[in-house]
Amino acid sequence: MATLDQAQTPPGTAGSSRHISNKRRSTRKAVVVFVAPFAVLFVLFYAAPIIFAIIQSLLTVEREGTFGAPQQVFGGLSQYAIVFQDQAFWASVGRVLLFGVVQVPIMLGMALLFALLLDSPLLKGKKFFRLAFFAPYAVPGVIAAIMWGFLYSPSLSPFSAVTSEINFLDGSLVLWSIANIVTWVYVGYNMLIIYASLLAIPTEIYEAARLDGASNAQIAWRIKIPLVTPAIILTGVFSIIGTLQLLAEPQTLRSFSSAISSTYTPNLAVYTTASIPNYNLAAAFSVVLAIATFILSFVFLKATQRKVSQ
Amino acid sequence: MTTAAVPLSAPEKSRSRGPRQSIMSRSAAMLIMGVFTLYFLTPIWWLLVTSTKSGGDITGSAALWFTPDSFTTFFSNITGLFQYENGLFVKWLLNSALYAGVGAFLGTIIAAMCGYALSKYEFKGREAIFNVVLSGVLVPATALALPLFLIFSEVNLTNTYWAVFLPSLVSPFGVYLARIYAAASVPGELLEAARLDGSGEVRTFFTVSSRLMAPALVTIFLFQFVTIWNNFFLPLIMLRDQALFPVTLGLYAWNSQISQIPELRTFVIIGALVSILPLIIAFLGLQRFWSSGLGAGSVK
Repeated sequence: MATLDQAQTPPGTAGSSRHISNKRRSTRKAVVVFVAPFAVLFVLFYAAPIIFAIIQSLLTVEREGTFGAPQQVFGGLSQYAIVFQDQAFWASVGRVLLFGVVQVPIMLGMALLFALLLDSPLLKGKKFFRLAFFAPYAVPGVIAAIMWGFLYSPSLSPFSAVTSEINFLDGSLVLWSIANIVTWVYVGYNMLIIYASLLAIPTEIYEAARLDGASNAQIAWRIKIPLVTPAIILTGVFSIIGTLQLLAEPQTLRSFSSAISSTYTPNLAVYTTASIPNYNLAAAFSVVLAIATFILSFVFLKATQRKVSQ
Repeated sequence: MTTAAVPLSAPEKSRSRGPRQSIMSRSAAMLIMGVFTLYFLTPIWWLLVTSTKSGGDITGSAALWFTPDSFTTFFSNITGLFQYENGLFVKWLLNSALYAGVGAFLGTIIAAMCGYALSKYEFKGREAIFNVVLSGVLVPATALALPLFLIFSEVNLTNTYWAVFLPSLVSPFGVYLARIYAAASVPGELLEAARLDGSGEVRTFFTVSSRLMAPALVTIFLFQFVTIWNNFFLPLIMLRDQALFPVTLGLYAWNSQISQIPELRTFVIIGALVSILPLIIAFLGLQRFWSSGLGAGSVK
């Protein structure tokens, strides 16, 4: 992410003053043409929904008498008070945090190991491994959960010798069964991001190290890993975001496992609350979740960047 | 990073131990990769094999190998899938192709233009726009599903194509990638030369710059395509009418009805196989592009 602040000097500064003012006018027009479509869509489908959700989350439904028509009135932070007292919601937040603390390091560790192996001279058939490991990324979360749901089930699984002994779908294991699905889908993707940045390292560095007598392991540990740290941070941020948003896999697995409640993850709680329908409370959940995601990935980004630059 | 950090060891020693060590580590590396190849491919292999079986054979035969009449069963399963409920599954595939194909195509052009302008032009508010875009990367689309639903229901557009299609066009990560790529692959002198030749800025972008950015554009397209194709929460919350479903939501709906309608299990399995084929083909066909473009997001 080091390129973020890379400023670009304006193209060309020479020319007569008449020329420049003409050019300025035409580039200004061009910038509007280039930026406007994205800006308009971003405002309509990113900014406006967030603002609208915040407004909705500040409203509350009131009825005049028992049978009166429901009416939305300003309720201040009353929805947020409900959010912060909602134990099921906080249990779901705790669940995805536990999931993230365990699954993200395992997945990124695997991705890094595979990327280093692909980049090392030890391996034959690199192209095959690269494709085989990346293939699961082409499987949508819902489909992956359906497939693994069958593979986990005691009766249908081709590994029924194992699945009839260990119930991967009961309350104590199902979180880790979901973690396995997510890992299966995303390891290859993260591996490729890290691998691509390994390929960008000039090979002269390795030759120099090898002349100095460094082994493959030393080169990997002392040269490659520090140089691909920005890529690892990037994959880390995306994995954290993805973990907090978990929905498709647990929601799909609910048809295989009764251990997954309707508020198993924060997004499931949002969906369930919206289906009641209680839009004001669901909006408050969404706002809290969006802010938490933003803060967590931002803090992770800043913390790791400081560590890298030290 | 300099090589000085690597401790020196006696060259002779490592040379004499070299060959044996390297056979050992070669085999270890191949073993690790081999084991994990099984892990990654077995579920897909199982899906392929199981889609060639009829309902009863799924549990009755060897799970990871074909039966003698696999070939004919496969085709009767496919026909059954495509004919079920007047071709509902085909409709879902077309919907997904529309949401993901057209959405990613337009979304890529829109993101590329914005990222290009952020990289190549100096203008007021440039950094502000870029920071907003970056915050957009950190607030993912799924957190927006409910807010989007609320705003679409204000204008009575839930349960329409637009409700899924329009929000999918926005890709802040695409803008981010496009900016990095434009900075790296479109030289400022070239734009200056185009200007001297009298080419307009917008024309220069579409005729010259976009070609230089081609690998990035393919990468942005592919990843936005996958994001939309895989998107679940937005269609789940927006759509009631089955005829508007993308294929993932449709298969999810079928899968949750298996306990009432057991015949759906065959269709869910073969439907899952059919639905992942377009992505696998797209990735294989465009591999040359994305494998070089992937690193752009993180390379210094």
